[in-house]
Amino acid sequence: MAPLLSVKNLHTYFYRPDGVVKAVDGISYDLEVGETLGIVGESGSGKSVSVLSMLRLIRKNGRIEEGEAVFDGQDLLTLDKEELRTIRGKEISMIFQDPMTSLNPTFRIGRQMMEPPLWHNLLGSQEARQKALHLLERVGIPEHKSRFFDYPFQFSGGMRQRAMIAMALICEPRLIIADEPTTALDVTVRSQILNLLQEMKEALGMSIIMITHDFSMASNFCDQIIVMYAGKIMEKASTMEFLSNCLHPYSQGLIRSTLDLDTMDVKLNPIPGSPPNPIYPPSGCRFHPRCERRQPICAEEIPALREVGADHWVSCHFAGGGVKK
Amino acid sequence: MSELLKVEDVKKYFPRGNKILKAVDGVSFTLRSAETLGLVGESGSGKSTLGRTILRLHEPDAGRVVFDGEELSSLNKEELRIKRRHMQIIFQDPLASLNPQMSIGQAIEDPLVIHGISSARERKERVAELLKIVDISPEFINSFPYEFSGGQQQRIGIARALALNPKFIVCDEPVSALDVSIQAQVIALLLELRERFNLSYLFIAHDLGVIKYISDRIAVMYLGQIVQIGPKEEVFKNPAHPYTQALISSVPKIPWNGKPTRHYKTLKGEVPSPIDLPPGCRFCSRCPIPLPICGEIAPEGKEISTGHWVACHRS
Repeated sequence: MAPLLSVKNLHTYFYRPDGVVKAVDGISYDLEVGETLGIVGESGSGKSVSVLSMLRLIRKNGRIEEGEAVFDGQDLLTLDKEELRTIRGKEISMIFQDPMTSLNPTFRIGRQMMEPPLWHNLLGSQEARQKALHLLERVGIPEHKSRFFDYPFQFSGGMRQRAMIAMALICEPRLIIADEPTTALDVTVRSQILNLLQEMKEALGMSIIMITHDFSMASNFCDQIIVMYAGKIMEKASTMEFLSNCLHPYSQGLIRSTLDLDTMDVKLNPIPGSPPNPIYPPSGCRFHPRCERRQPICAEEIPALREVGADHWVSCHFAGGGVKK
Repeated sequence: MSELLKVEDVKKYFPRGNKILKAVDGVSFTLRSAETLGLVGESGSGKSTLGRTILRLHEPDAGRVVFDGEELSSLNKEELRIKRRHMQIIFQDPLASLNPQMSIGQAIEDPLVIHGISSARERKERVAELLKIVDISPEFINSFPYEFSGGQQQRIGIARALALNPKFIVCDEPVSALDVSIQAQVIALLLELRERFNLSYLFIAHDLGVIKYISDRIAVMYLGQIVQIGPKEEVFKNPAHPYTQALISSVPKIPWNGKPTRHYKTLKGEVPSPIDLPPGCRFCSRCPIPLPICGEIAPEGKEISTGHWVACHRS
């Protein structure tokens, strides 16, 4: 069976007065039906741009230079605006980090939720209202019948994020992209939202791409993990493979830097340095200036993303058995 | 270890229209020299307000803060200014806490100028030394804050806090805004500085994962009050307060055992407003195991093991 989404060799560049930022520089991955993919990376790694490019939601100075993103047999990058609109919000919907800025402050919550199914002519207004009410209840908004008429500012942060999730689900999309959905939330609310996403996924069987900087969250939530750094994929594997056999020095450093509760007495061993200047990324492997295991070749040649095990891909000259010849 | 800071029943209220927001409502603890107390709680718990009230950046409405043998609220402006040499603060947003019009050299030198310390040349040397301590090359002394990355800006904030050789630093969510790899760097730096300069920290964070690395003791705060406080190992071994348990179980752990957590044990609802607090235990509305008494009488702190206090009727 063909994957639900197949991204191939995607390049997105931003043209700024001071130079060109190669935010996404040749990434490829497949996502199967019902699968959860985590894209993990730090700010500036290109993880958000990689999915926003697919929906063509990038800023005006950005350009998709190359690549394809085939969703259910159609290349999203070649569709015209109208065709793309029939997919956005219906087949693919998004949950953003900050629910306050992504909800329209001038519309009541219920009215906003009804908009996607009405726009896509999926439901009549009575049915849309019923469905919106049902989903608000389902995501755990207390007193959902009266809250339906609230404005976003009357909701707390956690409730807004629940409403966003309900809104993303209303057209029963096949793919949900969640861009740091819990970063702005308190820790107890974060676990509520993760539980909710998991329940919805199990009940409705959609595929999810979760973008996060938090490896521990991704490793619990996702079936497959991609680690991005400076616009490139460093490592890609199933979560279980990742945990048992993580090979890229950056992925290893990222895991070491994860402050979770199990590793209480382990001495911190952070990655030195900071992420590179996006306009002048380092030559060769983009991670080499911060890598403990760098060799002369790392500054000269960009390592290819090679398959080192069953569907385990690493972009490092030294991963999985010595230098590539 | 001697006692450096003693906080006794400190309260800080803010008027909100004709109501009162009780941001900090009767907090007591002590901090020894070279000790780190991790203060954890969610937004609205009052942890930042507490940090600022201790430094008298907010005037407390009640209670005493004794620092290094002197009661801070009894000091006049000039005496307080002198005392402040020994008490510093590092903020969450490093860029917002640095003056954009000052070079980083000026920003770090400023405390020395304000306190009239040494000659201009000696100050320059001290600034270069401080930059080296936080691992920023002194050649950037004339650069401006925006030219640095978030992690470097936080290092500059730390250098400024260290300028006057303080004894005590309030670290108010110093790594929350930073990238994962940089968080670990800054935590490692703070740990190293503590050893080197015998510093005491009040380390504020909302995430137990961060706090457990740096703390000797942990205080858990909820709606203006400390609900559990004790040595780190004790608090993790016996998280007697249901809120502490909820905080611990909401931190995702890397599933090395191959069994990912798909459903977290968590609390219902969100932190209620600190205005118009109900009688009884403040956690009662979200508690998974409330007793009838919890809605009526606020629990007193009980010592469940040496130096380990919990405010819960079930303890």
